Amino acid sequence: MFSHLSTEIHLTFAAIAALLLLANAILVLRRRSVPDRDDTELSLRVRTWWIIVASFAAVLAVSRTTAVVFFAFTSFLAFKEFLSLIPTRRADHRVLFWAYLAIPLQYLWVGTAWFGMFIIFIPVYMFIWLPTRMVLIGETKGFLRAIGTVQWGLMTTVFSLSHAAMLLFIQPGGSARVAAVWADESAKASGGAALLVFLVLLTQFNDVAQFCWGKTVGKRKVIPKVSPGKTVGGLIGGVASTVALAGLVGPWLTFLDLPRSLIAGLIIGVSGFAGDVSISALKRDLGVKDSGSTLPGHGGVLDRVDSLTYTAPLFFHFIYYCYG
Amino acid sequence: MTDVLRHLYFLLIVRPVILVVIGLNVRRSNLLPDQGPAVVVANHNSHLDTMVLMTLFGMRRLKDVHPVAAADHFLRNRLMAWFSTKIIGIIPLEREIKGVRRDPLAGICQALDEGKILILFPEGSRGAPEIREAFKTGIAHIAKRHPEVPFTPVFMHGLGRSLPKGEGILVPFFCDVFIGQAIGWTGKKDSFMQAIADAMSALEAEKEIPRWETS
Repeated sequence: MFSHLSTEIHLTFAAIAALLLLANAILVLRRRSVPDRDDTELSLRVRTWWIIVASFAAVLAVSRTTAVVFFAFTSFLAFKEFLSLIPTRRADHRVLFWAYLAIPLQYLWVGTAWFGMFIIFIPVYMFIWLPTRMVLIGETKGFLRAIGTVQWGLMTTVFSLSHAAMLLFIQPGGSARVAAVWADESAKASGGAALLVFLVLLTQFNDVAQFCWGKTVGKRKVIPKVSPGKTVGGLIGGVASTVALAGLVGPWLTFLDLPRSLIAGLIIGVSGFAGDVSISALKRDLGVKDSGSTLPGHGGVLDRVDSLTYTAPLFFHFIYYCYG
Repeated sequence: MTDVLRHLYFLLIVRPVILVVIGLNVRRSNLLPDQGPAVVVANHNSHLDTMVLMTLFGMRRLKDVHPVAAADHFLRNRLMAWFSTKIIGIIPLEREIKGVRRDPLAGICQALDEGKILILFPEGSRGAPEIREAFKTGIAHIAKRHPEVPFTPVFMHGLGRSLPKGEGILVPFFCDVFIGQAIGWTGKKDSFMQAIADAMSALEAEKEIPRWETS
């Protein structure tokens, strides 16, 4: 069952598991040293990390289609969370139904590797059909806001996230701009899966790195009105850590060479920050702390995939440009 | 036989739809009554409300949980009556009684005597989605006759968006379910109704809710 994944992917998951064990060990030590400190949130967060990592590894191990379905379900949860947060018009009940229908369709294009349809279905067909359906209802009051919010939600939670799943189908083309560098012959069978693991690992690592650097260094705030915890020092430290890890992991895990790995790390570091603060801005606008409560310790699914909604399409198109 | 069908219906259809398609944010599910006699009073937005509350009780308590529902609506033909009473397990309530012929609360009182957990929507009907209306005083009459029975207030939000009255298509939205401390009979109708209304308002105020635009 695991045979189609490369040794490097197996080792990466083993390393992540080791890191999580370390986190658990630190939590235990903290509880021993300062018994009355409240680490509930943190230990919940680590426990949820275990579940996320285990599910991700399991669906990758089963089959590519399973992984696509997993991402489709993630998109569904994130989109549902988004719609539950924002004000919607009562009249748009059926419009929202159509918007939900875009999820299975978009992931059908992914699952069948129909790149042409995958890339235009939401930004062209859905973006024409949804306002048309909305117009047919005949309610013009609040039209712009209603269609704007639904389309932005669909774009981030479905279109963007589906790029992560589409990575599974990437094979370096014959006339690629950059030659693919394979660690070994066996890695060729799971080149796409390695890219997906690389993207998700670095995006989540970037979140953690930004948080840790923000806590320890830097005074000047980047955007205090949106996210008071984000400092210039934290941003630079976070991006630098992500670039460093990308340079370390990329050439070994994926078919990217060192320069491409570093650029990918830079793209993920910067856009991950942008995705994170965009969802922060949305939540601040609506006056909520978390987007939901699906993932204990993390908040909602949207809170966890916010960075990924920005890193996935940018990383995908960078790869597609270099190797497609 | 119908018990098995009821079990399967909730296990295979209701629970997956409520937990996966809709999704619940539940606060303090431990405050729900563990055994009857008990009454849960909730605001009413959608046919999904009953299904959500019954899901909250889990499969273990399913056999004791019965929603109170309008007889004129849910018993309007034989198929509907069979489904409502045998599968959903409703206790029919005669809403419109012209003159005083029968005791409209008889079914409810009997169920409480049998130790059931009842689900009541004291707003009377689903009304406009996501707009809470004042509770009708029927629950005070029940509480007066059964002063030992706890009334647990539950505030729900989101289901009226998912499946509002008059819509046949379910559109998923996460649903919030906030459960409050049980309230017993206070000795007076007015103070009992006030206590319930205050509890519901406090639960509603727990979260900033994106208001539905009326259009």
